[in-house]
Amino acid sequence: MFKLLTGNEAVVQGAYEAGIAYASAYPGTPSTEILENIAQYKQEIIAEWAPNEKVALESAIGASLAGARSMAAMKMVGVNVAADPLFSFAYSGVNGGFMLISADDPGLHSSQNEQDNRYYAKFAKIAMVEPSNSQDAKDMVRAAMEISEKYDTPVLFRMTTRVCHSKSIVEMGERQAVDKKIYTKNLQKYDLVPAVSRKLHVALEDKLKKLEIFSNETDLNYIEWNDKKIGIIAAGIAYQYAQEVFGEKASYLKLGFTYPLPMDKIRAFANEVENLYVIEELEPFMEEQIKAAGIPCIGKEKIPNIDELTPDIIAKVLLNEKRPLIDYDNTIVANRPPTLCAGCPHRGFFYELAKLKNVMITGDIGCYGLGGAEPLNAKDCCICMGASISMGHGAQKVYNKFNENKRAIATIGDSTFFHTGINSLMHVVYNRSNTITCILDNRITGMTGHQENPGSGFTLQGMPTKIIDIAEVVKALGIDHIRTVNPLKLKEVKDAFTWAMELDEPSVIITRWPCILKKLSDQDKTEFGNYIGTCKVKETVCIGCKACIRTGCPALRFNKETKKVKIDEKQCVGCEVCLQVCPVKAIERVGE
Amino acid sequence: MADVKNILLVGVGGQGTILVGKILSNGLMDAGYDVKMSEVHGMAQRGGSVSNQVRYGKKVYSPIIGKGQADILVSFESMEALRWLEYLKPDGKAVVNDHRIPSAPILMGKIDYPEGVLEVIQSKVDTAVIKAAEIAEQLGNAKTMNIVLFGALVKGMALTGIDWEAVIRKNVKAGLGDINIAAFRAGLEVSEKI
Repeated sequence: MFKLLTGNEAVVQGAYEAGIAYASAYPGTPSTEILENIAQYKQEIIAEWAPNEKVALESAIGASLAGARSMAAMKMVGVNVAADPLFSFAYSGVNGGFMLISADDPGLHSSQNEQDNRYYAKFAKIAMVEPSNSQDAKDMVRAAMEISEKYDTPVLFRMTTRVCHSKSIVEMGERQAVDKKIYTKNLQKYDLVPAVSRKLHVALEDKLKKLEIFSNETDLNYIEWNDKKIGIIAAGIAYQYAQEVFGEKASYLKLGFTYPLPMDKIRAFANEVENLYVIEELEPFMEEQIKAAGIPCIGKEKIPNIDELTPDIIAKVLLNEKRPLIDYDNTIVANRPPTLCAGCPHRGFFYELAKLKNVMITGDIGCYGLGGAEPLNAKDCCICMGASISMGHGAQKVYNKFNENKRAIATIGDSTFFHTGINSLMHVVYNRSNTITCILDNRITGMTGHQENPGSGFTLQGMPTKIIDIAEVVKALGIDHIRTVNPLKLKEVKDAFTWAMELDEPSVIITRWPCILKKLSDQDKTEFGNYIGTCKVKETVCIGCKACIRTGCPALRFNKETKKVKIDEKQCVGCEVCLQVCPVKAIERVGE
Repeated sequence: MADVKNILLVGVGGQGTILVGKILSNGLMDAGYDVKMSEVHGMAQRGGSVSNQVRYGKKVYSPIIGKGQADILVSFESMEALRWLEYLKPDGKAVVNDHRIPSAPILMGKIDYPEGVLEVIQSKVDTAVIKAAEIAEQLGNAKTMNIVLFGALVKGMALTGIDWEAVIRKNVKAGLGDINIAAFRAGLEVSEKI
């Protein structure tokens, strides 16, 4: 049977077929759908959201040691969080087969940087495979498991946005029965104290040599002979792009196993072709190693290392080909930036936050990052997940030391707080800071499309579970000043800021209201009720001052001709934020 | 790859471009074509501009469509058609929904929704302007606007030989089959007249 699957769906099918029994992840584009889909195999696979990527990886390592085939999945920046266990796991090796999926995002569709995680394989000294379409993605899971168990190595399974989120045809297979391996206590392998690791490092270097021999022999790395004037070495999506552009006008060395590289095979291929191109998206990962091996090739002197690679870029830089385009003036097209949804509980919070003077607002990763955009403009910076609280702490310390009358206000989400914000808040308390931390608890992981988290009451596979209460956690960390507010009530938010700004000690403001797109749980319905009704502008009263427009709600529209505001009743959910900011009470609630 | 056809679906997050891409690509696969489809998730969901790219033929390599490469551009929103027009072949076809969704700067009154969008497109390429929102509302479900446009797409690409009604039924929620098939037929019919 054949099915049209995304790369992420295909990996899941591969994991199912390869007998994987444990999978964990923290959501992040473009990796999120992997765990969402694997969760369907409730009988066969334990699938869990972890609070962060390090925890996900470590749990999967534990599952491997216990004898099961296991995996962890994350976006590329998540691997930075999980790097600590990864590097040492390379030393100990596996019991049950193990792979770490890194889903990279060239072109930054939904990320804060454009890092190329292939370097992690070389840096951590582990094997790597790179699928170039969905069929590869499915097949390479089984290959990864076999390599992992045979060579006692974790495997980096490196994907990119266009592999993860593109659909192509996959031949489906059956689940392979894989017995759980027997675990034998072995401190010389699993207990990484210096005396053990010294020996394991020697063994690791030996493993890499054996893996290079494998790399030269495996069918994952194969040659397609065509015209020999041009030879192309490519892996992942770049291989598809190269085929798109050159077709049968070039020969290919298609690499599926990309660390260690098959240098003998590469040399043999290079000797047969007149011109050797190494076509890579992002960094010259392969090219550097090929050149270091003394094999001349053309790569990044022509192909850019910035942004997504496309067939058009390859055609332009290597063949000087350009397609004719429609000539037109597109300057009249207006921008369409992403916005907070109508009824988003973050809106009221950021509207009040933006009014505060002498503050540095540190941001974090999530929908609430949009609070920094027009017209709310309530953000100074954003670096990575969990950083808002710790960066705020550092800034506050400096303001205090230099007697600068300024306060740091950190804004972080519920899932993000559980991710790494908790540690940062511990730092704030321990080191006697006086920052203001705002935890925007919308009862779900929002931006990535509604994944459960430790505060939401359900596991990934739908089991009801304990709700970890953020206010109790914050209290237990030693915060003495905590307020929970309804972010739709502007006065509550404003009063909380006034209260916090007057304190000389650290405080936490928790805004608690569900994401407007969330499918409410029974507990949510009891706590928050259901939205009923919408808001409406009384046109005779509206003075066209645009105060409501400055909340940035996409349901509101200012009509330039009538100089009045109109509310789109299809979008409005009656959150009443606009109603509260109107100076002439021109907005009323309709329906109950 | 001369035999490969390229369909570019564009719109605004939440308009149902992904469903159309799914129906289209599944139907093409069942008809024996090699198919690839690419979409972008994440940040773009929040009211941003979205695209869904479908390529089919005997053998397809790249899942993405380059500038000047699309055989047809189906835009679920008027202004988006102009944003993506450079991806269309100069002799390609445009199917444009006569439906405006103002973006944030327009809602705030900072700029106006551009006038003359449809005229610019019509002056450049073979264009079918469809009032899909109106048609869908008349049928009783405004959300089936995407399937009305799908009907026009099938007509525009001469893909009427495939049993799309069966594919639609398989890919929409139970109970919504009939209304979506009515929308599909309306889309076919309206493009007949253009």
